[in-house]
Amino acid sequence: MRPILLSGHERSLTQIKFNKDGDLIFSTSKDKVVCAWWSANGERLGTYSGHQGAVWTVDVSPNTVLLATGSADNTVRLWNIKTGECVKTWDFPTAVKRVAFSPDGSKLLAVTEKRMGFLGTIAVLDIAYGDGELNNLNVQAEEPSLRITCEDSKATVAGWSYMGKYIIAGHEDGSVSQYDPKTGDQLENVQAHEFDHQINDLQFSPDRTYFITASKDKSAKLISASNLAILKTYVADTPLNSASITAKKDYVILGGGQAAMDVTTTSARQGKFEARFYHKVFEDEIGRVRGHFGPLNTIDVHPAGTAYASGGEDGYVRIHHFDKPYFDFMYEVEREQLRK
Amino acid sequence: MAPSFDTLTEQDFHEEEEEEIDFSDLKEQYEVKLEEGLDTFVVIDGLPVVPEDSRQKLVKFLLRKLNTIGHTSEDAVFMPLNDKGMSEGFAFVEYETPEQALAAVKQLHGVPLDKKHTLAVNKLMDIERYGREGRVEEEYHAPELEPFKEKEHLRSWMADAHARDQFALYRNDKVGVFWNNKSNPPENVVDRAHWTQLFVQWSPKGTFLASVHPQGVQLWGGASFSKQKQFPHPFVQLVEFSPLEGYLTTWSSRPIQVEEGQPILTFEEDGKNIIVWDIESGKPLRSFVSHDLAAPAAAEGEVQPKKKVQWPAFKWSADEKYCARMLQGQSISIYEVPNMNLLGRTSVKVEGVNDFEWSPATVTREGVKTYEQLLCFWTPEIGSNPARVAMMSVPSKEIVRTRNLFNVSDVKLHWQSQGAYVCVKVDRHSKSKKSMATNLEIFRVREKGVPVEVVDSLKDTVINFSWEPNGSRFVVITTGETPTGAAVPPKTAVSFFAPEKKGNIAGNFKLVRTVDKKTSNGIYWSPKGRFVVVATVHSQSNFDLDFWDMDFEGEKNEAEKDLAVNLQLMKTVEHYGVTDIEWDPTGRYVVSSASVWTHSMENGWNLHTFSGTTLSENPTEKFKQFLWRPRPPTLLSKEEQKQVRKNLREYSKEFDEEDRYAVDIANTAVVEQRKRVLSEWLAWLRREKEIQAEEREAFGLPEDVDSPKLAKDARAGNQQEGDTIVEEIVEEIIEETEEVIG
Repeated sequence: MRPILLSGHERSLTQIKFNKDGDLIFSTSKDKVVCAWWSANGERLGTYSGHQGAVWTVDVSPNTVLLATGSADNTVRLWNIKTGECVKTWDFPTAVKRVAFSPDGSKLLAVTEKRMGFLGTIAVLDIAYGDGELNNLNVQAEEPSLRITCEDSKATVAGWSYMGKYIIAGHEDGSVSQYDPKTGDQLENVQAHEFDHQINDLQFSPDRTYFITASKDKSAKLISASNLAILKTYVADTPLNSASITAKKDYVILGGGQAAMDVTTTSARQGKFEARFYHKVFEDEIGRVRGHFGPLNTIDVHPAGTAYASGGEDGYVRIHHFDKPYFDFMYEVEREQLRK
Repeated sequence: MAPSFDTLTEQDFHEEEEEEIDFSDLKEQYEVKLEEGLDTFVVIDGLPVVPEDSRQKLVKFLLRKLNTIGHTSEDAVFMPLNDKGMSEGFAFVEYETPEQALAAVKQLHGVPLDKKHTLAVNKLMDIERYGREGRVEEEYHAPELEPFKEKEHLRSWMADAHARDQFALYRNDKVGVFWNNKSNPPENVVDRAHWTQLFVQWSPKGTFLASVHPQGVQLWGGASFSKQKQFPHPFVQLVEFSPLEGYLTTWSSRPIQVEEGQPILTFEEDGKNIIVWDIESGKPLRSFVSHDLAAPAAAEGEVQPKKKVQWPAFKWSADEKYCARMLQGQSISIYEVPNMNLLGRTSVKVEGVNDFEWSPATVTREGVKTYEQLLCFWTPEIGSNPARVAMMSVPSKEIVRTRNLFNVSDVKLHWQSQGAYVCVKVDRHSKSKKSMATNLEIFRVREKGVPVEVVDSLKDTVINFSWEPNGSRFVVITTGETPTGAAVPPKTAVSFFAPEKKGNIAGNFKLVRTVDKKTSNGIYWSPKGRFVVVATVHSQSNFDLDFWDMDFEGEKNEAEKDLAVNLQLMKTVEHYGVTDIEWDPTGRYVVSSASVWTHSMENGWNLHTFSGTTLSENPTEKFKQFLWRPRPPTLLSKEEQKQVRKNLREYSKEFDEEDRYAVDIANTAVVEQRKRVLSEWLAWLRREKEIQAEEREAFGLPEDVDSPKLAKDARAGNQQEGDTIVEEIVEEIIEETEEVIG
């Protein structure tokens, strides 16, 4: 499993996303540049420049036509993936920490920061795809169709459940809540993680019936999207920044590490800068992948489950294509189940 | 007008109610204390009844007794007379200070005045408090006997069917006691939050677990770790048990302030730092002011370093009959236990005494029939007198052996666990005081005349020394000269010594082997001897633990064939940031731990076997202490132990079988658990899918509702199942030539 090292960013990575086909990787970093890469060989396809501040988040439309990015310059930008031009800019009062397309690509949510007297919000934007021939992509709604304001604790991450039925958000206080995307009402709120331990990542399973959260409280949890029941808990020994569910195999990948400001010694041993693989069902740790020399900020898995990419505070993206033993590994119990 | 029901006002109702309320408890609490200022008065009872004219004589006679304690005068003694002009047999006496009054109560109560009369001395306040009318019932009621309640067995942990050992684990705010389950997770016995404020400590035979609180020390024991004994020493900081668990010494840097009404501490304890307690009764035996050790001399211009507390303040003889403490540079005070009187009423004056150690076991010297305990002490060079190491026999206080030493910088006394040898580690400086070297002088206590053997093959300074428990071998760690302030930890060398084989008695001590270029600084012998762990602890860069076997059952090194040893390094393991190493009391397991008290990197504890195989690693946040529960000494006789050793093979077969069985059971349990979890998961997935399908139908949405909408340009591959393989043929022309044929 020789990694491909992508060194196109000058500052720490903030988010990585595979497109639905898995042939492209989009990465954002604090250096204001968004990069697109071929996942197979790590060649850089191009960059999307225009943001005036650190880019916090990226998402690809399901048909790989549009790219949405959110930045510390208080904007969400929509890009034509093919041409690299910015087709739309929305201005917000505060920085945008997370964007996510709905499963059918018709909506985009943006999580805004709580700052300067503005409460944290989740804004929903309607997305149009022009005439289908990549023309008129700049025809987009000006105003969000919905605004959800987080009165109690600001949202840090959010995403869509299957069929776009719910918006699920993770909060700064460690709770997870479920919203109705039509009315914006909060349907449910669960203190999934330890109180006051921020949720740093929230990623859905391929069928979007459940999702995984990664928190500062050193654990990741698998939670049902329909009723927010906690299904599984994965305990690590370091604060977690990211967690991802693998397709094809029943694993989850967690990433984190002591935050740079908390690292007292520079030894890599101390930082625990490793990607950790856990068995999704049995909650056992299976293995670790080393390589980064800073905390892992973001992890994404190839939609087909054949590779994963991690981005670190060290400014590198590492793509790992899984080897045969990865796919062969199986618990005796699973093998039995398969034979049945 | 008598109040009739009709004329009663609201107020009347209230009055009635008020009367009914029982205020006696409040009254008692807030009652003005009249006795203030009467602290100096005592009441003396039991005096002879005398007529008025001989009263003066009696007072004078009495004063002689009273003035032995404090100061009082004829005017301060009031002996009332009754109608008949006779005294009543009691008198009131005023002392100068309350302290004197207290001392009088303590020391004169129950003292005979003459053949017929015995004094009964009480504080006037006490008589007021307890003897006032109504406080004492007229009729005698026999005190009710509490029904017998069976106490928990204090040694129940010894009855474990698998002979497992317990340990106490202190991490974060929680203290727990667990059973050691080898490589399996330990089994919890109790786990309590905020069980202790400072630390926990086992008693030397494992009966009690002591927790330390600002209010004092609490002992816990029995199967459920219930409260056993309490020792209310306020702000206690250090605790030390006597070797047979009979007594407890506690120390606090703050002098005790005894408050009125404290049931256990008395005026005696006021202003003291150290209390020696009797564990059985829970009462103080005697209290002391602590002597500070002289601080090491500060270099010129530097701030005088803080004075160090001398701890353990009291050292106990092996049989707990004596305890002793030292006034540095002056004397050793030996106290007889349990009355805590100075042996022979005086301290032993030893000019310049620097340290002393009791023999850890009761030894019998050859040719000595009477009972004795031995202690060793040393004095540095004073003027032209040489430094001296001496051995004293107690209770006779006779010096039985001395040895003079020259050019001494420091001396450490190391008794072997059976008291058979004392190794005196002498750090010597050369005449110029520039280079240092160490001599080991070994006293053979059991042999006639206590001969001294000198092992001086060491050129370097010895930084650590340790005897094999119940054996006659030892390990030393030496280090060369290091420039002061060097960043790199000094290289050390580990040397193993063993006696020559010489029949039954051990011959001369000889160097077996020296391992160079180590960084080791700690020696940890198995409590049963034979195995030893030599480790580097408290280091920033090295964390190795070497597991050595002293009686390796294999080929022996030719050069060492005369020595009672066969040295073999079994294994080296690393434990990052290790600070403490502890053997379990049976010598089967070793725990290395990294405590947050020293540093906060990767705290936790690792369990190893005696041979260095790591059984489990337990990273634990805010880990503080790991303590094996000690075991009391075996009850088997020497013969029985020999028998066990002989039949070890048979026993081990049984145990192996048991282990295999346990592993099988555990494996099946894990598999079962996994099966259950997996089927639950699959069932959940199925259910979710069904719900999803139902909802989809309800909304009339197509199967592929989540696929990209309005995405006419999406590649066809999107819809396809499986991977698309793209084949690319790259042609590269390397060379092109044109040939004309013809």
